[in-house]
Amino acid sequence: MIELCTQIFNKNVWNIIIPATLQTIYMTVTSTILTFFLGLIFGIAMFITNKDGLHPCVIFNRIFGAAINAILSLPSMIIIILVLPISKFIVGVSYGPKACIVALVVVCTPIFSRLVENSIVEVSKGKIEAAKAMGASNINIILKVLLPESLPALIRNFVVLTITLISTTAIAGSLGAGGLGEVAVRFGYNRFRTDILISVILVLLVLVECLQLLGTFISKRILKKRHLI
Amino acid sequence: MAVPFIEIKNISKKYKSHKQEFEILKNISLEIEKGDIFGIVGFSGAGKSTLIRCINRLETVTSGTIRIGKVEINKLSKKEMNLYRQKIGIIFQHFNLFDSRTVFGNVAFPLEVAKKKKKEINKKVTEILELVGIANKQNFYPEQLSGGQKQRVGIARALANTPDILLSDEATSALDPVTSLSVLDLLKDINKKLKLTIILITHSLDVIKYTCNNMAVLENGVIAEKGKVKDIFENPTSTTAKVFIKNNANLSVTYNRGNVI
Repeated sequence: MIELCTQIFNKNVWNIIIPATLQTIYMTVTSTILTFFLGLIFGIAMFITNKDGLHPCVIFNRIFGAAINAILSLPSMIIIILVLPISKFIVGVSYGPKACIVALVVVCTPIFSRLVENSIVEVSKGKIEAAKAMGASNINIILKVLLPESLPALIRNFVVLTITLISTTAIAGSLGAGGLGEVAVRFGYNRFRTDILISVILVLLVLVECLQLLGTFISKRILKKRHLI
Repeated sequence: MAVPFIEIKNISKKYKSHKQEFEILKNISLEIEKGDIFGIVGFSGAGKSTLIRCINRLETVTSGTIRIGKVEINKLSKKEMNLYRQKIGIIFQHFNLFDSRTVFGNVAFPLEVAKKKKKEINKKVTEILELVGIANKQNFYPEQLSGGQKQRVGIARALANTPDILLSDEATSALDPVTSLSVLDLLKDINKKLKLTIILITHSLDVIKYTCNNMAVLENGVIAEKGKVKDIFENPTSTTAKVFIKNNANLSVTYNRGNVI
Protein backbone atom coordinates (compact mmCIF):
# COMPACT_ATOMS: atom_id res chain seq x y z
CA MET A 1 0.00 0.00 0.00
CA ILE A 2 2.73 2.40 1.05
CA GLU A 3 4.67 1.28 -1.97
CA LEU A 4 1.72 2.11 -4.21
CA CYS A 5 1.41 5.54 -2.64
CA THR A 6 5.03 6.39 -3.25
CA GLN A 7 4.64 5.16 -6.81
CA ILE A 8 1.59 7.36 -7.38
CA PHE A 9 3.34 10.47 -6.19
CA ASN A 10 6.42 9.69 -8.23
CA LYS A 11 7.64 12.41 -10.58
CA ASN A 12 7.68 10.08 -13.58
CA VAL A 13 3.99 9.31 -13.17
CA TRP A 14 3.08 12.98 -13.10
CA ASN A 15 5.16 13.69 -16.15
CA ILE A 16 2.63 11.54 -17.95
CA ILE A 17 -0.46 12.63 -16.03
CA ILE A 18 -0.09 16.42 -16.14
CA PRO A 19 0.06 16.83 -19.94
CA ALA A 20 -2.81 14.36 -20.25
CA THR A 21 -4.82 16.33 -17.70
CA LEU A 22 -4.23 19.55 -19.61
CA GLN A 23 -5.35 17.84 -22.78
CA THR A 24 -8.49 16.59 -21.07
CA ILE A 25 -9.20 20.06 -19.71
CA TYR A 26 -8.69 21.57 -23.17
CA MET A 27 -11.09 19.09 -24.75
CA THR A 28 -13.64 19.44 -21.98
CA VAL A 29 -13.61 23.23 -21.93
CA THR A 30 -13.87 23.61 -25.70
CA SER A 31 -16.61 21.05 -26.05
CA THR A 32 -18.43 22.47 -23.00
CA ILE A 33 -18.57 25.90 -24.60
CA LEU A 34 -19.85 24.52 -27.90
CA THR A 35 -22.31 22.15 -26.26
CA PHE A 36 -23.54 24.89 -23.95
CA PHE A 37 -24.59 27.19 -26.76
CA LEU A 38 -25.99 24.47 -29.01
CA GLY A 39 -27.84 22.78 -26.16
CA LEU A 40 -29.23 26.08 -24.92
CA ILE A 41 -30.58 26.95 -28.36
CA PHE A 42 -32.01 23.48 -28.97
CA GLY A 43 -33.46 23.23 -25.46
CA ILE A 44 -35.24 26.56 -25.82
CA ALA A 45 -36.39 25.58 -29.32
CA MET A 46 -37.87 22.37 -27.93
CA PHE A 47 -39.64 24.28 -25.18
CA ILE A 48 -41.21 26.98 -27.32
CA THR A 49 -42.26 24.71 -30.21
CA ASN A 50 -44.17 22.49 -27.83
CA LYS A 51 -47.94 22.13 -28.35
CA ASP A 52 -48.72 24.72 -25.65
CA GLY A 53 -45.46 26.62 -26.13
CA LEU A 54 -44.80 30.22 -27.11
CA HIS A 55 -44.45 29.36 -30.77
CA PRO A 56 -46.09 25.97 -31.31
CA CYS A 57 -44.68 23.95 -34.17
CA VAL A 58 -45.58 20.35 -33.48
CA ILE A 59 -43.91 18.83 -36.55
CA PHE A 60 -40.53 20.40 -35.76
CA ASN A 61 -40.92 19.45 -32.12
CA ARG A 62 -41.67 15.80 -32.94
CA ILE A 63 -38.86 15.37 -35.46
CA PHE A 64 -36.34 17.16 -33.30
CA GLY A 65 -37.43 15.28 -30.20
CA ALA A 66 -37.06 11.99 -32.04
CA ALA A 67 -33.56 12.94 -33.21
CA ILE A 68 -32.53 13.83 -29.67
CA ASN A 69 -33.95 10.55 -28.35
CA ALA A 70 -32.14 8.62 -31.05
CA ILE A 71 -28.74 9.96 -30.00
CA LEU A 72 -29.59 9.64 -26.31
CA SER A 73 -30.48 5.97 -26.74
CA LEU A 74 -27.08 5.04 -28.18
CA PRO A 75 -24.12 4.37 -25.88
CA SER A 76 -21.70 7.28 -26.12
CA MET A 77 -18.89 4.95 -27.19
CA ILE A 78 -20.79 3.93 -30.32
CA ILE A 79 -21.58 7.54 -31.22
CA ILE A 80 -17.92 8.44 -30.87
CA ILE A 81 -16.91 5.57 -33.14
CA LEU A 82 -19.51 6.76 -35.67
CA VAL A 83 -18.58 10.42 -35.45
CA LEU A 84 -14.77 10.26 -35.42
CA PRO A 85 -14.55 9.51 -39.17
CA ILE A 86 -17.09 12.26 -39.88
CA SER A 87 -14.88 14.69 -37.93
CA LYS A 88 -12.48 14.51 -40.82
CA PHE A 89 -14.89 16.57 -42.93
CA ILE A 90 -15.44 19.10 -40.19
CA VAL A 91 -12.01 19.66 -38.61
CA GLY A 92 -9.77 17.81 -41.08
CA VAL A 93 -8.61 15.00 -38.81
CA SER A 94 -10.30 11.85 -37.55
CA TYR A 95 -8.09 11.35 -34.47
CA GLY A 96 -6.70 13.43 -31.62
CA PRO A 97 -8.29 16.14 -29.45
CA LYS A 98 -9.87 18.16 -32.29
CA ALA A 99 -11.76 15.22 -33.73
CA CYS A 100 -12.68 14.22 -30.23
CA ILE A 101 -14.31 17.61 -29.57
CA VAL A 102 -16.67 17.11 -32.52
CA ALA A 103 -17.65 13.71 -31.18
CA LEU A 104 -18.13 15.06 -27.67
CA VAL A 105 -20.41 17.82 -28.90
CA VAL A 106 -22.53 15.29 -30.79
CA VAL A 107 -22.80 13.06 -27.73
CA CYS A 108 -23.56 15.76 -25.19
CA THR A 109 -25.68 18.34 -27.04
CA PRO A 110 -28.84 16.18 -26.87
CA ILE A 111 -28.28 15.59 -23.16
CA PHE A 112 -27.87 19.28 -22.43
CA SER A 113 -30.84 20.18 -24.66
CA ARG A 114 -33.06 18.00 -22.49
CA LEU A 115 -31.56 19.42 -19.31
CA VAL A 116 -32.22 22.98 -20.51
CA GLU A 117 -35.75 22.06 -21.53
CA ASN A 118 -36.40 20.48 -18.15
CA SER A 119 -35.02 23.54 -16.36
CA ILE A 120 -37.24 26.04 -18.12
CA VAL A 121 -40.32 23.84 -17.91
CA GLU A 122 -40.17 24.57 -14.18
CA VAL A 123 -40.90 28.28 -14.77
CA SER A 124 -44.56 28.64 -13.81
CA LYS A 125 -47.07 29.19 -16.57
CA GLY A 126 -48.47 32.14 -14.66
CA LYS A 127 -45.21 34.09 -15.00
CA ILE A 128 -45.11 33.47 -18.75
CA GLU A 129 -48.74 34.50 -19.02
CA ALA A 130 -48.06 37.66 -17.03
CA ALA A 131 -45.18 38.57 -19.35
CA LYS A 132 -47.37 37.91 -22.39
CA ALA A 133 -50.15 40.06 -20.94
CA MET A 134 -47.67 42.92 -20.56
CA GLY A 135 -46.98 42.78 -24.29
CA ALA A 136 -43.63 41.00 -24.13
CA SER A 137 -42.45 39.42 -27.37
CA ASN A 138 -41.24 35.83 -27.41
CA ILE A 139 -37.61 36.98 -27.45
CA ASN A 140 -38.31 39.15 -24.43
CA ILE A 141 -39.96 36.26 -22.64
CA ILE A 142 -37.00 33.98 -23.32
CA LEU A 143 -34.30 36.47 -22.34
CA LYS A 144 -36.04 38.31 -19.51
CA VAL A 145 -38.24 35.63 -17.98
CA LEU A 146 -37.41 32.03 -18.87
CA LEU A 147 -33.62 32.19 -18.57
CA PRO A 148 -33.31 34.41 -15.47
CA GLU A 149 -36.09 32.57 -13.64
CA SER A 150 -34.54 29.16 -14.29
CA LEU A 151 -30.94 30.29 -13.78
CA PRO A 152 -30.24 28.28 -10.59
CA ALA A 153 -31.50 25.08 -12.23
CA LEU A 154 -29.58 25.91 -15.42
CA ILE A 155 -26.35 26.28 -13.48
CA ARG A 156 -26.85 22.96 -11.71
CA ASN A 157 -27.54 21.28 -15.02
CA PHE A 158 -24.53 22.97 -16.56
CA VAL A 159 -22.40 21.25 -13.93
CA VAL A 160 -24.01 17.93 -14.85
CA LEU A 161 -23.06 18.68 -18.45
CA THR A 162 -19.41 19.41 -17.66
CA ILE A 163 -19.09 16.29 -15.54
CA THR A 164 -20.66 14.19 -18.28
CA LEU A 165 -18.21 15.76 -20.72
CA ILE A 166 -15.21 14.91 -18.54
CA SER A 167 -16.24 11.27 -18.38
CA THR A 168 -17.10 11.17 -22.07
CA THR A 169 -13.71 12.71 -22.81
CA ALA A 170 -12.16 9.78 -20.99
CA ILE A 171 -14.08 7.35 -23.18
CA ALA A 172 -13.11 9.24 -26.32
CA GLY A 173 -9.54 9.27 -25.01
CA SER A 174 -9.47 5.51 -24.89
CA LEU A 175 -10.44 5.56 -28.59
CA GLY A 176 -7.37 7.55 -29.55
CA ALA A 177 -8.37 11.11 -28.70
CA GLY A 178 -5.66 11.62 -26.10
CA GLY A 179 -6.05 12.91 -22.57
CA LEU A 180 -6.55 11.04 -19.33
CA GLY A 181 -8.66 8.29 -20.88
CA GLU A 182 -5.90 7.36 -23.25
CA VAL A 183 -3.33 7.29 -20.45
CA ALA A 184 -5.60 5.09 -18.35
CA VAL A 185 -6.01 2.57 -21.16
CA ARG A 186 -2.48 2.69 -22.56
CA PHE A 187 -0.61 2.49 -19.28
CA GLY A 188 -3.11 1.37 -16.69
CA TYR A 189 -4.83 -1.32 -18.72
CA ASN A 190 -2.37 -2.47 -21.38
CA ARG A 191 0.80 -2.25 -19.27
CA PHE A 192 -0.69 -3.10 -15.87
CA ARG A 193 0.50 0.20 -14.34
CA THR A 194 -1.91 0.38 -11.41
CA ASP A 195 -0.12 3.47 -10.08
CA ILE A 196 -0.93 5.43 -13.22
CA LEU A 197 -4.48 4.15 -13.31
CA ILE A 198 -5.05 5.29 -9.75
CA SER A 199 -3.46 8.68 -10.44
CA VAL A 200 -5.85 9.17 -13.36
CA ILE A 201 -8.80 8.31 -11.12
CA LEU A 202 -7.55 10.76 -8.47
CA VAL A 203 -7.26 13.59 -10.98
CA LEU A 204 -10.73 12.87 -12.40
CA LEU A 205 -12.26 12.74 -8.92
CA VAL A 206 -10.69 16.06 -7.96
CA LEU A 207 -11.82 17.71 -11.20
CA VAL A 208 -15.41 16.53 -10.85
CA GLU A 209 -15.64 17.28 -7.15
CA CYS A 210 -14.33 20.84 -7.58
CA LEU A 211 -16.78 21.52 -10.39
CA GLN A 212 -19.70 20.15 -8.42
CA LEU A 213 -18.83 22.21 -5.37
CA LEU A 214 -18.43 25.36 -7.44
CA GLY A 215 -21.74 24.81 -9.28
CA THR A 216 -23.69 24.11 -6.11
CA PHE A 217 -22.13 27.15 -4.46
CA ILE A 218 -23.10 29.54 -7.26
CA SER A 219 -26.60 28.10 -7.64
CA LYS A 220 -27.23 28.35 -3.89
CA ARG A 221 -25.96 31.91 -3.81
CA ILE A 222 -28.45 32.98 -6.45
CA LEU A 223 -31.29 31.23 -4.65
CA LYS A 224 -30.28 32.89 -1.39
CA LYS A 225 -30.10 36.29 -3.03
CA ARG A 226 -33.64 35.78 -4.30
CA HIS A 227 -34.67 34.49 -0.87
CA LEU A 228 -35.92 31.25 -2.36
CA ILE A 229 -34.05 29.15 0.20
CA MET B 1 -76.58 57.23 -25.47
CA ALA B 2 -72.86 57.54 -26.04
CA VAL B 3 -70.89 54.63 -27.41
CA PRO B 4 -69.49 52.60 -24.50
CA PHE B 5 -65.71 52.41 -24.01
CA ILE B 6 -65.58 48.64 -24.04
CA GLU B 7 -68.10 46.75 -26.10
CA ILE B 8 -68.19 42.98 -26.01
CA LYS B 9 -70.61 41.73 -28.60
CA ASN B 10 -71.98 38.20 -28.91
CA ILE B 11 -68.72 36.49 -28.11
CA SER B 12 -68.47 32.77 -27.65
CA LYS B 13 -65.50 30.59 -26.92
CA LYS B 14 -65.35 26.93 -27.79
CA TYR B 15 -62.66 24.62 -26.59
CA LYS B 16 -61.84 21.14 -27.83
CA SER B 17 -60.58 18.54 -25.46
CA HIS B 18 -60.51 14.76 -25.93
CA LYS B 19 -62.55 15.13 -29.11
CA GLN B 20 -65.33 16.74 -27.12
CA GLU B 21 -66.29 20.32 -27.67
CA PHE B 22 -67.01 22.57 -24.74
CA GLU B 23 -68.60 25.96 -25.05
CA ILE B 24 -67.15 27.95 -22.19
CA LEU B 25 -68.65 31.28 -23.15
CA LYS B 26 -72.00 31.47 -24.89
CA ASN B 27 -73.08 34.56 -26.75
CA ILE B 28 -71.90 37.12 -24.22
CA SER B 29 -72.50 40.83 -24.64
CA LEU B 30 -71.32 43.51 -22.23
CA GLU B 31 -70.84 47.25 -22.35
CA ILE B 32 -68.46 48.92 -19.95
CA GLU B 33 -68.12 52.67 -19.53
CA LYS B 34 -64.83 54.49 -19.23
CA GLY B 35 -63.75 54.98 -15.64
CA ASP B 36 -66.13 52.33 -14.33
CA ILE B 37 -65.29 49.57 -11.89
CA PHE B 38 -67.08 46.63 -13.39
CA GLY B 39 -67.44 43.36 -11.51
CA ILE B 40 -68.02 39.93 -12.99
CA VAL B 41 -69.08 37.32 -10.50
CA GLY B 42 -69.74 33.61 -10.83
CA PHE B 43 -68.98 30.18 -9.39
CA SER B 44 -65.80 28.35 -10.28
CA GLY B 45 -65.93 27.13 -13.85
CA ALA B 46 -68.50 29.69 -14.94
CA GLY B 47 -66.05 31.10 -17.49
CA LYS B 48 -64.98 34.28 -15.70
CA SER B 49 -61.26 33.79 -16.26
CA THR B 50 -61.77 32.90 -19.90
CA LEU B 51 -63.86 36.02 -20.39
CA ILE B 52 -61.25 38.32 -18.87
CA ARG B 53 -58.51 36.60 -20.90
CA CYS B 54 -60.44 37.29 -24.09
CA ILE B 55 -60.17 41.00 -23.34
CA ASN B 56 -56.37 41.03 -23.51
CA ARG B 57 -56.46 38.23 -26.04
CA LEU B 58 -54.59 35.68 -24.00
CA GLU B 59 -57.52 33.68 -25.37
CA THR B 60 -59.02 34.29 -28.78
CA VAL B 61 -62.77 34.25 -29.13
CA THR B 62 -64.38 31.68 -31.42
CA SER B 63 -66.95 34.21 -32.63
CA GLY B 64 -68.13 37.71 -31.83
CA THR B 65 -66.23 40.97 -31.44
CA ILE B 66 -64.54 42.91 -28.67
CA ARG B 67 -64.05 46.61 -29.23
CA ILE B 68 -62.05 48.83 -26.92
CA GLY B 69 -62.12 52.52 -27.72
CA LYS B 70 -61.87 52.42 -31.49
CA VAL B 71 -59.86 49.24 -31.70
CA GLU B 72 -61.35 45.91 -32.56
CA ILE B 73 -58.91 43.63 -30.85
CA ASN B 74 -59.43 40.45 -32.84
CA LYS B 75 -58.26 42.21 -35.98
CA LEU B 76 -54.88 43.20 -34.54
CA SER B 77 -51.71 41.59 -35.85
CA LYS B 78 -49.33 39.97 -33.40
CA LYS B 79 -47.10 43.04 -33.25
CA GLU B 80 -50.02 45.43 -32.80
CA MET B 81 -51.33 43.05 -30.18
CA ASN B 82 -48.17 43.38 -28.09
CA LEU B 83 -48.39 47.17 -28.25
CA TYR B 84 -52.04 47.05 -27.32
CA ARG B 85 -51.40 44.72 -24.39
CA GLN B 86 -49.06 47.30 -22.90
CA LYS B 87 -52.13 49.46 -22.45
CA ILE B 88 -54.05 46.81 -20.53
CA GLY B 89 -52.75 45.93 -17.11
CA ILE B 90 -53.63 42.67 -15.42
CA ILE B 91 -53.21 41.42 -11.89
CA PHE B 92 -53.49 37.80 -10.84
CA GLN B 93 -54.64 35.74 -7.90
CA HIS B 94 -51.16 34.28 -7.43
CA PHE B 95 -49.40 37.55 -8.29
CA ASN B 96 -47.06 35.94 -10.87
CA LEU B 97 -44.14 38.15 -9.90
CA PHE B 98 -40.69 37.33 -11.25
CA ASP B 99 -38.54 35.83 -8.48
CA SER B 100 -35.39 36.74 -10.37
CA ARG B 101 -36.14 40.45 -10.10
CA THR B 102 -36.46 42.84 -7.20
CA VAL B 103 -39.63 44.82 -6.62
CA PHE B 104 -38.06 47.57 -8.70
CA GLY B 105 -37.13 45.13 -11.46
CA ASN B 106 -40.61 43.67 -11.55
CA VAL B 107 -42.21 47.06 -12.03
CA ALA B 108 -39.55 48.01 -14.56
CA PHE B 109 -40.26 44.89 -16.65
CA PRO B 110 -43.24 46.24 -18.65
CA LEU B 111 -41.32 49.48 -19.24
CA GLU B 112 -38.30 47.57 -20.55
CA VAL B 113 -40.65 45.65 -22.82
CA ALA B 114 -42.03 48.97 -24.07
CA LYS B 115 -38.41 50.02 -24.82
CA LYS B 116 -38.44 53.03 -22.51
CA LYS B 117 -35.20 54.82 -21.66
CA LYS B 118 -33.44 53.96 -18.44
CA LYS B 119 -33.91 57.40 -16.94
CA GLU B 120 -37.59 57.35 -17.71
CA ILE B 121 -37.93 53.85 -16.22
CA ASN B 122 -36.29 54.94 -12.97
CA LYS B 123 -38.58 57.93 -12.65
CA LYS B 124 -41.74 56.03 -13.50
CA VAL B 125 -41.02 53.07 -11.21
CA THR B 126 -40.28 55.29 -8.23
CA GLU B 127 -43.45 57.24 -8.89
CA ILE B 128 -45.67 54.16 -9.08
CA LEU B 129 -44.14 52.43 -6.07
CA GLU B 130 -44.95 55.61 -4.18
CA LEU B 131 -48.53 55.48 -5.44
CA VAL B 132 -49.13 51.88 -4.30
CA GLY B 133 -47.35 52.48 -1.00
CA ILE B 134 -44.32 50.18 -1.17
CA ALA B 135 -41.58 52.62 -2.11
CA ASN B 136 -39.47 51.46 0.85
CA LYS B 137 -39.42 47.89 -0.45
CA GLN B 138 -38.00 48.54 -3.90
CA ASN B 139 -34.83 46.48 -3.41
CA PHE B 140 -36.61 43.52 -1.85
CA TYR B 141 -37.19 40.28 -3.69
CA PRO B 142 -40.80 39.03 -4.01
CA GLU B 143 -40.20 36.15 -1.63
CA GLN B 144 -39.45 38.64 1.16
CA LEU B 145 -42.89 40.24 0.89
CA SER B 146 -46.27 39.41 2.40
CA GLY B 147 -49.23 38.54 0.18
CA GLY B 148 -50.67 42.03 0.33
CA GLN B 149 -47.34 43.61 -0.52
CA LYS B 150 -46.89 41.17 -3.42
CA GLN B 151 -50.25 42.18 -4.83
CA ARG B 152 -49.25 45.84 -4.52
CA VAL B 153 -46.18 45.07 -6.60
CA GLY B 154 -48.49 43.29 -9.04
CA ILE B 155 -50.67 46.38 -9.26
CA ALA B 156 -47.64 48.65 -9.66
CA ARG B 157 -46.35 46.42 -12.45
CA ALA B 158 -49.75 46.48 -14.16
CA LEU B 159 -49.87 50.28 -13.96
CA ALA B 160 -46.32 50.93 -15.17
CA ASN B 161 -47.27 51.69 -18.77
CA THR B 162 -50.20 53.92 -17.72
CA PRO B 163 -52.84 51.56 -19.09
CA ASP B 164 -56.42 52.49 -19.93
CA ILE B 165 -57.83 49.33 -18.44
CA LEU B 166 -56.89 47.21 -15.46
CA LEU B 167 -58.04 43.60 -15.39
CA SER B 168 -58.18 41.94 -12.02
CA ASP B 169 -58.27 38.14 -12.08
CA GLU B 170 -59.34 37.13 -8.57
CA ALA B 171 -56.71 39.51 -7.26
CA THR B 172 -57.83 39.35 -3.64
CA SER B 173 -58.83 35.67 -3.45
CA ALA B 174 -55.53 34.57 -1.97
CA LEU B 175 -55.45 37.31 0.65
CA ASP B 176 -56.95 37.52 4.13
CA PRO B 177 -60.02 39.78 4.57
CA VAL B 178 -58.15 42.75 6.03
CA THR B 179 -55.45 42.71 3.35
CA SER B 180 -58.15 42.23 0.71
CA LEU B 181 -59.83 45.38 1.85
CA SER B 182 -56.64 47.40 1.71
CA VAL B 183 -55.94 46.13 -1.82
CA LEU B 184 -59.51 46.92 -2.89
CA ASP B 185 -59.15 50.39 -1.35
CA LEU B 186 -56.03 50.84 -3.44
CA LEU B 187 -57.91 49.80 -6.58
CA LYS B 188 -60.68 52.29 -5.81
CA ASP B 189 -58.07 54.94 -5.15
CA ILE B 190 -56.24 54.46 -8.44
CA ASN B 191 -59.55 54.26 -10.27
CA LYS B 192 -60.26 57.79 -9.07
CA LYS B 193 -56.74 59.18 -9.40
CA LEU B 194 -55.89 57.76 -12.82
CA LYS B 195 -59.45 57.56 -14.22
CA LEU B 196 -58.71 53.93 -14.92
CA THR B 197 -61.37 51.48 -16.08
CA ILE B 198 -61.22 48.38 -13.90
CA ILE B 199 -62.74 45.02 -14.73
CA LEU B 200 -62.71 42.78 -11.75
CA ILE B 201 -63.62 39.12 -11.63
CA THR B 202 -64.26 37.41 -8.37
CA HIS B 203 -66.29 34.70 -6.70
CA SER B 204 -66.98 36.96 -3.76
CA LEU B 205 -70.00 39.23 -3.78
CA ASP B 206 -68.48 41.19 -0.91
CA VAL B 207 -65.68 42.29 -3.19
CA ILE B 208 -68.22 43.45 -5.78
CA LYS B 209 -70.38 45.19 -3.20
CA TYR B 210 -67.39 46.99 -1.76
CA THR B 211 -65.75 48.05 -5.00
CA CYS B 212 -67.93 48.00 -8.10
CA ASN B 213 -70.55 50.26 -9.63
CA ASN B 214 -71.84 47.84 -12.23
CA MET B 215 -71.75 44.09 -12.39
CA ALA B 216 -72.63 41.01 -14.38
CA VAL B 217 -73.40 37.53 -13.11
CA LEU B 218 -71.92 34.70 -15.11
CA GLU B 219 -73.62 31.33 -14.97
CA ASN B 220 -72.27 28.37 -16.97
CA GLY B 221 -70.88 30.64 -19.66
CA VAL B 222 -73.99 32.77 -19.98
CA ILE B 223 -74.68 36.20 -18.53
CA ALA B 224 -77.49 35.53 -16.11
CA GLU B 225 -78.00 39.19 -15.25
CA LYS B 226 -76.24 42.51 -15.45
CA GLY B 227 -76.83 45.99 -14.17
CA LYS B 228 -76.08 48.32 -11.29
CA VAL B 229 -74.69 46.57 -8.22
CA LYS B 230 -77.34 48.16 -6.02
CA ASP B 231 -80.22 46.96 -8.19
CA ILE B 232 -78.98 43.38 -8.35
CA PHE B 233 -78.39 43.21 -4.62
CA GLU B 234 -81.88 44.53 -3.92
CA ASN B 235 -83.59 42.33 -6.42
CA PRO B 236 -81.53 39.36 -7.65
CA THR B 237 -83.17 37.34 -10.41
CA SER B 238 -80.58 34.70 -11.36
CA THR B 239 -80.01 31.62 -9.22
CA THR B 240 -76.29 32.37 -8.84
CA ALA B 241 -76.98 35.85 -7.55
CA LYS B 242 -79.71 34.57 -5.22
CA VAL B 243 -77.45 31.86 -3.77
CA PHE B 244 -74.60 34.31 -3.43
CA ILE B 245 -76.62 37.01 -1.76
CA LYS B 246 -78.31 34.55 0.61
CA ASN B 247 -74.95 33.19 1.79
CA ASN B 248 -73.58 36.67 1.79
CA ALA B 249 -75.79 37.70 4.68
CA ASN B 250 -73.72 35.49 6.98
CA LEU B 251 -70.37 36.39 5.52
CA SER B 252 -70.67 40.14 5.32
CA VAL B 253 -70.02 40.50 9.06
CA THR B 254 -66.33 39.92 8.45
CA TYR B 255 -66.28 42.64 5.87
CA ASN B 256 -67.83 45.36 8.01
CA ARG B 257 -65.00 47.78 8.28
CA GLY B 258 -64.02 49.00 11.69
CA ASN B 259 -65.09 45.89 13.56
CA VAL B 260 -63.34 43.24 11.52
CA ILE B 261 -63.86 39.80 13.06
